[in-house]
Amino acid sequence: MNDWSLLSLLIWLPIVAAFAILALGSQKAGLARLLAIVTSIVTFVISLPLWMHFDKTTASMQFEEKIAWIPSLNINYHLGVDGIAMPLVVLTTFISVLTILSAWKVIKKNVHQFMAAFLMLEAMMIGVFCAQDAILFYVFFEAMLIPMFLIIGIWGGPNRVYATIKFFIYTFFGSVFMLIALIYLYFKGGSFAIADMVAMPLTMKEQVWIFFAFFLAFAVKIPMFPVHTWLPDAHVEAPTAGSVVLAAIMLKIGGYGFLRFSLPILPDASRELATFVIVLSLIAIAYIGLVAMVQKDMKKLIAYSSISHMGFVTLGIFVAFALVMNSGDTNMALEGAMMQMISHGFISAALFLCVGVLYDRMHTRMIRDYGGVINTMPFFGAFFVFFAMSNAGLPGTSGFVGEFMVILSSFQASFWYAFLAAMTLILGAAYSLWMVKRVVFGEVKSEAVSQLNDVNKREGFILAILVIMVLFVGIYPEPLIDVMRASVENLIEQIKIIKV
Amino acid sequence: MFGWSELTPVLPELIILGTACLVLILSLFLSNEKGGLLVMLSIVGIAFAAIATAKSHMGAHDYSKLVLFNGNFVRDYMGDILKIAVYLTMIFVIVYSKQYLRNKKIFKGEFYALALFGMLGIMIMISGNNYITLYLGLELLALSSYALVAYDRENMTSNESAIKYFVLGAIASGMLLYGMSMVYGATGSLQLDAISTQIANTQSSMLLVLGLVFIMVGVAFKLGAAPFHMWVPDVYQGAPTATTLFIASAPKIAAFAFAVRILGQSLDGLFVNWQHIVAVLAMLSIIIGNLFALQQDNIKRLFAYSTISHIGFMLLGFLGGNEGYSASMFYIITYAIMSVAGFGMIIVLSCKGFEAEKISDFKGLNQRNGWFAFMMLLIIASMAGFPPLIGFFSKLYVIKAVVDQGFYVLAGIAVVFAVIGSFYYLRVIKTMYFDESESDQEITAGYDVKSILSFNALLQLALLLFVPSILSFCIKAVELL
Repeated sequence: MNDWSLLSLLIWLPIVAAFAILALGSQKAGLARLLAIVTSIVTFVISLPLWMHFDKTTASMQFEEKIAWIPSLNINYHLGVDGIAMPLVVLTTFISVLTILSAWKVIKKNVHQFMAAFLMLEAMMIGVFCAQDAILFYVFFEAMLIPMFLIIGIWGGPNRVYATIKFFIYTFFGSVFMLIALIYLYFKGGSFAIADMVAMPLTMKEQVWIFFAFFLAFAVKIPMFPVHTWLPDAHVEAPTAGSVVLAAIMLKIGGYGFLRFSLPILPDASRELATFVIVLSLIAIAYIGLVAMVQKDMKKLIAYSSISHMGFVTLGIFVAFALVMNSGDTNMALEGAMMQMISHGFISAALFLCVGVLYDRMHTRMIRDYGGVINTMPFFGAFFVFFAMSNAGLPGTSGFVGEFMVILSSFQASFWYAFLAAMTLILGAAYSLWMVKRVVFGEVKSEAVSQLNDVNKREGFILAILVIMVLFVGIYPEPLIDVMRASVENLIEQIKIIKV
Repeated sequence: MFGWSELTPVLPELIILGTACLVLILSLFLSNEKGGLLVMLSIVGIAFAAIATAKSHMGAHDYSKLVLFNGNFVRDYMGDILKIAVYLTMIFVIVYSKQYLRNKKIFKGEFYALALFGMLGIMIMISGNNYITLYLGLELLALSSYALVAYDRENMTSNESAIKYFVLGAIASGMLLYGMSMVYGATGSLQLDAISTQIANTQSSMLLVLGLVFIMVGVAFKLGAAPFHMWVPDVYQGAPTATTLFIASAPKIAAFAFAVRILGQSLDGLFVNWQHIVAVLAMLSIIIGNLFALQQDNIKRLFAYSTISHIGFMLLGFLGGNEGYSASMFYIITYAIMSVAGFGMIIVLSCKGFEAEKISDFKGLNQRNGWFAFMMLLIIASMAGFPPLIGFFSKLYVIKAVVDQGFYVLAGIAVVFAVIGSFYYLRVIKTMYFDESESDQEITAGYDVKSILSFNALLQLALLLFVPSILSFCIKAVELL
């Protein structure tokens, strides 16, 4: 398969299509939509061989491509995926199809620019997961901000400018420190290849400094308490499709960054500081869960719920260090974190799409404006309840798998970690179900609600596919875990190493 | 004294000189309607100069440097590369300025003659091998610039800024000359390499260091580095945009060459002494440039402060040894190309009786013309240093070179202020994309200007493919100094 340069194709096809769509101009909105959906479907289909031809037995990079890019600085165009990156790449191409479909009719202004920005964004996100060269990673990591900045800023809600600038400044500020850290690593080791950085010995002091530089970049992206404040604003103002991509994929990049950079490059600093990160994660899980409870705006509620759920990801990642020390089931912690990322990708996407469905009809996201939606939108009601349940971690849905694995493994580390984390299963159920209760059930709230139309075929199709995915991963997660096993085990070996 | 054979390497300079004179004479006889001919002539002249440079560059087998006219003039690898960059930016300048001068009804042949004389000064600065030659080049450029700033003579701000520029420029030239005379007193030579050997062989004296300080002041002024930057915003804003376009692009390349020739080639033995000065200048420029740019609402002024911060970045590279010089060289070449595109955009958006000077004039540009909004986005993002545009890579090399030398704190400060600076660039993007348009002015520029500007903006992306080769040119140029 290597002859095919599959990964390059995945990255460049959307970019080329985006330029073609831009060149179409504003008059041919229909054609722009068509071209965008065809491109995203083709990209998704191209990404499937990644899964099918993936060698589960090895942790080394697969589908590798390596071309010297800037020889004098030893920067290579080096792509490759392992068991951690590959599921995320496929998730990206999958979610992209759905989001473009969801924006089909909703976006009316500058359709061609919207579609072009989206395809660019897709390409950058795939690039981030595939990059094996730190500078290439950084380029994708940053370049992704500009399309997202425009998506929120042009097609967003009333307070979009504030939200998008906040989003940009937060993420940009975080990531430049990563750049300095990368340059420092290059200065020490003479290479920007991630694999070389992993192999490089570093003193504790260096590791701690670099850890915090990376931490700033990834913690903002995930986002972790206390640098999470940009996310609710960005989500509330972003158009539905923007929120979906933001929640489903962009947040995962932070978690992926920890797995790809912080852990293997800085095992000692990560071990030392694991408790610090775990405490922040627990605060996010518990405190942000409480914050979610009191939200009046559905999107804000889901945004806070995202932060809380991503807390499980960081908890799973860093609890692994405690498990390495008392020889617990480290695999489960990291796999749980990965599962949680993938599952949250489906569920948060679905929830934002549900809110989008309501918003397109009523042009309000306030919970108090709704009530009794089930009477006029029975199918939608079923979908919404289902996704709320899976958000709360109902067994049988994908939401359960990741959270359960993380909680189980944190139990081996410390009773109190597990106790606090398990608390949020209750909180999660409380805010998700309470929202559903107020929106979907009860008396028909107003004239407007009584005249709602149920989901149309397009919306129903998108949500149904997500239901299938959530159930599939929830009931039979084995194939997914299988794919990542070798890479996770390799990662565990890497974090066991004592570099100092 | 010298043979005719010595004239071949200076053919590019001679061609530009000839073109400038020809344009000046022809402009007396041609009516303003036929002024397009002068524009064409200038471009053809630059093209011939480019061919001559390329030819002599290829002709030199081992790219060894050629010292001519009793050591007054040098043709070397760095000079050739920088001159090629100057030709490219000057062609952009000439094409864009035509549009502007026609709109303002101040189109006259003198503009092009002055610009070409300025360009000749630039080329002499690039190739000077002697303090006097360097100084002459500098003054030729400066005199042309003073006149160009005052070119719109009905306009009070234009005149005001010209006087400001002239008075301050003259003081700086005085400082420079004074410093040079001290160095001459201490070393007994004006030749770059002779000064360098002399410094290496003797104890550093007070006189020499004092001379260095005066020279640094002069150089910093010409570069527009803080705290000698006061003239930059006023001149950028007051001058006709066509002139700002010129001042903001090609002369920066010359200023880089000038600084390398003086600091790197002749006073390299005093590195210990000047590294602190350069560090302070660089830091102040980055900090002041970025902070002051935040509150500008005039886009020319905003670009002026952004130039100051860019110059700071370039100076930062000087601390990085040989690698740093090549990083700075790469930085300044790419900066000249993006700067000329930025001002080109202002010109394209201006039309008869209206000058797109305020940031608010960019409101809703995306609705008026999505393509040019996208072009401006590329330019701005490149200036801000967002990857994957070329501006990111030039910043990356400078930072890397500085980190290699162990200046972590400086690198850290530079990066933090680059982030702060990104805010005002974002504001321009925000204005173009998110705000509602106030006017529905069509873009009236001709197709030639539009297409060349698009080319110029797309270069910010396209140059990515050539980063390795341009960079290797820069590295080689510095090696062969």
